[in-house]
Amino acid sequence: MRTLFYGLKAMNMNKDGPILEIKNLEVKRGGTLILNVPSIQIEEGEILSLIGPNGAGKTTLLQTLSYLLKPSQGEILFRGKKIDRNHSVLEYRRRLAMVFQEPLLFDTTVFNNVASGLKIRGIEKRKIVDRVMEELDRFGISHLKDRSAKTLSGGEAQRTSLARAFVLKPEILLLDEPFSSLDPPTCDSLIEDLEHILHQTRTTTLFATHDRMEALRLSDRIAVMNGGRILQIGSPSEVMNQPIDELVASFVGVETILTGKVVKKDGGTLLVSIEGQEIEVVGSAHLGETVVLCIRPENVTLSTRLSREGGSARNVFTGRIEKIVSLGLYQKVQLNCGFPLVAYVTHPSLEELLLTEGKEVKASFKATAITVIRKGNG
Amino acid sequence: MDLIVEGIKKAFWLLVTFDPEVIGITLLSLRISGTATLVSLLIGISTGTAIGLSKFPGKRFVVSLVNTGMGLPPVVVGLFVTIFLWRNGPLGFLGILYTPTAMIIAQAVIATPIVMGITLAAIQHLPKELHLQILALGATHLQMVWILIKEAKLPLLAAVMAGFGGVISEVGASIMVGGNIKGYSRVLTTATVMETSRGNFDMAIALGIILLVMTYIINLILTQIQQRERLR
Repeated sequence: MRTLFYGLKAMNMNKDGPILEIKNLEVKRGGTLILNVPSIQIEEGEILSLIGPNGAGKTTLLQTLSYLLKPSQGEILFRGKKIDRNHSVLEYRRRLAMVFQEPLLFDTTVFNNVASGLKIRGIEKRKIVDRVMEELDRFGISHLKDRSAKTLSGGEAQRTSLARAFVLKPEILLLDEPFSSLDPPTCDSLIEDLEHILHQTRTTTLFATHDRMEALRLSDRIAVMNGGRILQIGSPSEVMNQPIDELVASFVGVETILTGKVVKKDGGTLLVSIEGQEIEVVGSAHLGETVVLCIRPENVTLSTRLSREGGSARNVFTGRIEKIVSLGLYQKVQLNCGFPLVAYVTHPSLEELLLTEGKEVKASFKATAITVIRKGNG
Repeated sequence: MDLIVEGIKKAFWLLVTFDPEVIGITLLSLRISGTATLVSLLIGISTGTAIGLSKFPGKRFVVSLVNTGMGLPPVVVGLFVTIFLWRNGPLGFLGILYTPTAMIIAQAVIATPIVMGITLAAIQHLPKELHLQILALGATHLQMVWILIKEAKLPLLAAVMAGFGGVISEVGASIMVGGNIKGYSRVLTTATVMETSRGNFDMAIALGIILLVMTYIINLILTQIQQRERLR
């Protein structure tokens, strides 16, 4: 049995194993640890987003995965095989493709740019022409094929850069904030096309971004990074709705983060005291324990009927609107209910309820819609 | 005034009739300076690229040395090459003092830092992550260097032009190590010095015109490069 197992492994038929595996990866720069990832496993065909603020280590991780940066410690396993200086890094790199934030195109035509990776691999000219034309078509830039790369717009240039990566039919695609330098409409159009192409080609993709909306849209899993570490990794709904700590919470868009003490415990329900108010949450913690409550703004409902009427929300508070900020599609309403609370309201609702700064409203949210982060005693 | 007018008239005559001595001096100049530029190109572009791409302690010091080298006074180069090639000097056994070879060596020493310095600056001016993108496309180290050099081809062409321009018009080192021997190591610049001191202004002006034309062509090319760079 064992012999069979090793035989299969040697033949790279590790179909059930992850396509990429990282163990105890560390990268040091000038003595400081800038990346510290004990373990990740990436499944073939999945799209994993890395989100986090600037300096979180997203770029470091991507560059280390393509061995553009040498890890000071740890292992990278591609289809079960270890990648390091002794085992052909070049061969491994030629099975990946990476796109950077800047298009980094060469001073030649769009066609030659997209063909460059193929030329590097010594693929014959006839095949190159076919593959490049196919890719230009897919990205909608065939009409630009003879144009000089220096004359392209931001969106066209980034499409060229993506085409240059996809034409190589990579087994893993690494995207390092490829849309950060584009304006919103160009960004949206490109993301839409990319989404379509990724689903079509089922390419395993690692995608770094500081825009959580992009991550939400494209990913199967999201990894939140900060300080060179992965704080949390999971499905978009897991990470967005059950952040593991305040750092992750604030990064994934939880606007209300409150610290308080558990004053009552009743089965699976807790009563948490915050600034003299009591909030009911579903969760487990000890009596007297300090907890942090995360309330997503989409889960807060506002009403101008100040009496406590029916409705399943257990938490109803009166508060004064301190500020209303427009976020485009919806409005962010900042309230003071004795504690700060943020709600997202659509424009029509805002108008219907005649919400203005200074007005008193009723805010409610369900006990089940709150994430509890335990902080222990003392 | 007569002197000048006569000089110019005779100079044009020498040029238009392709006077053999003038042609010979011109061709020798091109051969010597051309070879020196070629040597400086090979050494300068390779080392300039290598320094530009690598990170090592003391890099700043090395870069400042290169920049200093760009402004090296040619007579000082002439002095050192002469000492080295002197009969009793370290390379005296080669017996190449007062030969075109010595001139090529001296001119190469003058031109190489110029080519190195401009190449270094050009490579460092490329987008910071370009070399990473090239490696990410699956290039070997050598392929990456080649692609980067191609990307910097305009400034590198300028470097070569600057190197050539510097040595074709150089006179100090050329006289010192070449000896200005007729038909052997006498080039445009050294011949002009000599003919002027003898009062043979027709010859001197003819050679001067050729030098001016060469300088003009070099600058024309450099300007074209500059304008094409601007268009990006």
